[in-house]
Amino acid sequence: MASIKMKPVDAVVIGGGWAGSILAKELTEAGQTVVMLERGADRSTASDGAYPGSIDELEGNFRHKIFQNLSKTSVTIRNSSDQTALPYRQMAAFLPGEGVGGAGLHWSGVHFRMPPDDLILRTKVKEKYGEKFIPEGMNLQDYGVTYDDLEPFFDKAEKVFGTSGEAYTVNGQVVGKGNVFAPSRSDHFPLPALKDVYGANMFRKAAEEVGFHPYAMPAANASAQYTNPYGVQMGPCNFCGYCSGYACYMYSKASPNVNILPALRPDPNFELRTEAHVLRVELDGTKTRATGVTYLDRNGNDVFQPAELVIVSAFQFHNVHLMLLSGIGKPYDPVANEGVVGRNFVYQNVTTTTAWFDKSVYTNQFIGTGGGGVAFDDFNSENFDHGPLGFIGGSPVWVNQAGIKGIAAAKIGGPPGTPHWGSAWKKAMVDTYQHSVRMDAHGTNMAYRDVYLDLDPTWKDAYGMPMLRMTFDWKDNDIRMNRYVVSQIAKVTKAMGARDVHLGQRQPGEHFDTRFYQTTHLAGGAVMGDDPKTSALNRYLQSWDVSNVFVIGANAFPQGTGYNPTGMVAALAYWSAHHIRTTYLKNPGPLVQL
Amino acid sequence: MQGLAGAAALTSTALPVHSARSASEPAYSPTFFTPAEWAFVHAACDRLIPQDAVGPGAIALGVPEFIDRQMATPYAFGKSWYMQAPFVQGPANLGYQLPYAPRDIYRKGIAGAAAFVQAKYGKAFQDLDAATRDSILTGFETGDTLFGDLPAKVFFAQLLGNTMEGAFSDPSHGGNKGLGGWTTIGFPGARADFMDWVDQYGKPYPLGTVSISGETA
Repeated sequence: MASIKMKPVDAVVIGGGWAGSILAKELTEAGQTVVMLERGADRSTASDGAYPGSIDELEGNFRHKIFQNLSKTSVTIRNSSDQTALPYRQMAAFLPGEGVGGAGLHWSGVHFRMPPDDLILRTKVKEKYGEKFIPEGMNLQDYGVTYDDLEPFFDKAEKVFGTSGEAYTVNGQVVGKGNVFAPSRSDHFPLPALKDVYGANMFRKAAEEVGFHPYAMPAANASAQYTNPYGVQMGPCNFCGYCSGYACYMYSKASPNVNILPALRPDPNFELRTEAHVLRVELDGTKTRATGVTYLDRNGNDVFQPAELVIVSAFQFHNVHLMLLSGIGKPYDPVANEGVVGRNFVYQNVTTTTAWFDKSVYTNQFIGTGGGGVAFDDFNSENFDHGPLGFIGGSPVWVNQAGIKGIAAAKIGGPPGTPHWGSAWKKAMVDTYQHSVRMDAHGTNMAYRDVYLDLDPTWKDAYGMPMLRMTFDWKDNDIRMNRYVVSQIAKVTKAMGARDVHLGQRQPGEHFDTRFYQTTHLAGGAVMGDDPKTSALNRYLQSWDVSNVFVIGANAFPQGTGYNPTGMVAALAYWSAHHIRTTYLKNPGPLVQL
Repeated sequence: MQGLAGAAALTSTALPVHSARSASEPAYSPTFFTPAEWAFVHAACDRLIPQDAVGPGAIALGVPEFIDRQMATPYAFGKSWYMQAPFVQGPANLGYQLPYAPRDIYRKGIAGAAAFVQAKYGKAFQDLDAATRDSILTGFETGDTLFGDLPAKVFFAQLLGNTMEGAFSDPSHGGNKGLGGWTTIGFPGARADFMDWVDQYGKPYPLGTVSISGETA
């Protein structure tokens, strides 16, 4: 193993997913020399998304071909700090990505803007219900940015992603049948909404009938041919049902690989190095300035890449892990409630409800598009009065039929209470697979003082580094929120004319269970904000402590959102890049003075 | 599915190496499972997905061949799992914590199950009738039986998971013979183009199932 020192560059970008690709594109546009380090393989539609070989459910969703290889590094998990955290040995509850494109290659495509009230949630809750409404131990915070700050960057990201959707208001004028709760936009979606699949259409009609406000989900799955501002092209989605877990063979689902990298790879200022595992960001003697990063190359060589600017843009928890391993920012201490790196670690609170219909009604669940569907937001964000309900947070509710294929159908089986195998299972599965509609309450998870990330004292990764430890459990506030919102779904399934319904609700006192897939929407741990005592990053996602390090990702969310995180991550990436380009590069240093 | 209708369901006394396949296709010879293990896998898979009026069973679908072929993939060696020591047991909801990869789970699980059955019934598992095999499998699925330090539940879950994968994955992996798993549930497989059916609300999809290699049923 040799020790190699590379030629200095202006910026090094850690991770080749959405955040890294956006920052690399913006920085090369600004004339910076950029090296992107991706620990996984190079990936493209041609190599990983070629039809028909790519649409293999066993390889995609069950052998996790384009996901993180846990044999190299994983995390440990426990429910509370008095337990021993144990390694997450098999992919189950969440599925982080690996390789060029990151989780942006295997994602579904749901592409939201953050609700304005969610960005100022602490302020809003205090104003509406009083400070005492916030439960003891909940670290409720504002982001330090507003919707108006971010709007141009939400708009830019949608245009890069080729997002399909229908607006409600543009520049304050009602223009369409979009989400009545959504904030005004500066422009329409770049593409019209995708068609509703049958289940979503039934859900739309029923939700309207009971007085809710359904809308077409914004989806980064192209509803028509599209050319984005970088000049790259997307083809129209054909509802093949292989979005989540797959590289899209139709070039319809937005990914860094399809929407950004074709414009970035030829840039002489840009270099992509794959199978480059970053071990740490190196700091100088003052610990206030990064000098570059050290990584292991594919041959096991120890490589130092000097850089003026370090962009930490791996997946949410990898970013937190790298900050802890590198000594960037003060690690969080849950006992004293001090320190910031690892603080406000959150997840998302998702449960699924199933409705079964008569056997004459074919819902064709194999037809699907990852981001499309119909949702209502009547119980999301501050769109409803929490006062009498006594909880903080909410859930959008939706039919987001991404395509249920053979193995998943077998594992879902029949309604609850039917056997998991044998003739009874088989009959129940066959009777229900083609005649069901599944809908999610896709809810928030608040941040709590005793839910956090730190370094595990026992288990190490394949590189000898301590693994990240997650201390996480469901809390009463979030369980009650889920139960309330799901109880509202019963009105909709009744209006849909379902023969039978199973309401998916969290149970009081329920513990987080790592064995079952829930969502990969992990967030927080290195959050943005206005106060360095409660945030690791300032409002531009710049480290308070090491000003030439920017940390881009869902790690910046102070609490969980009801929406999928990618739209917000992309907007934050463009927001941060804009301020690096317009202010930081001219005068490197802290962008926020205290 | 019709093509498989003539396939004999495995009976308790049949030698389980001949599954449903055309006369011209040679029988599959396992490379991982021993003859005794192979007989056990057949007798168990046959109950997990029985041949019945609803559709073909696991044997006709080639599920044992699928599992045997999977045992040669990196997955079966635990190459995609975090397998660093120490292995500390904890609450079930914190997930799998044994040092065993799928190959180990099968080897230890089948040996343990066979010994358990022999001790209790004085016969090999594959020589028991269907109802008895069902009751034994239910016991493994829900009970606290241990095969040494391997819980029967872990072995059962591994076998059930792989059985479902074998019956409903693309036939290139060795199972879902004749696309019988997919036709049973009405999944069109690698068709993967529904532009013209998205808004044909409530109607059954009209085209038959197809595999990645272009096989149709």
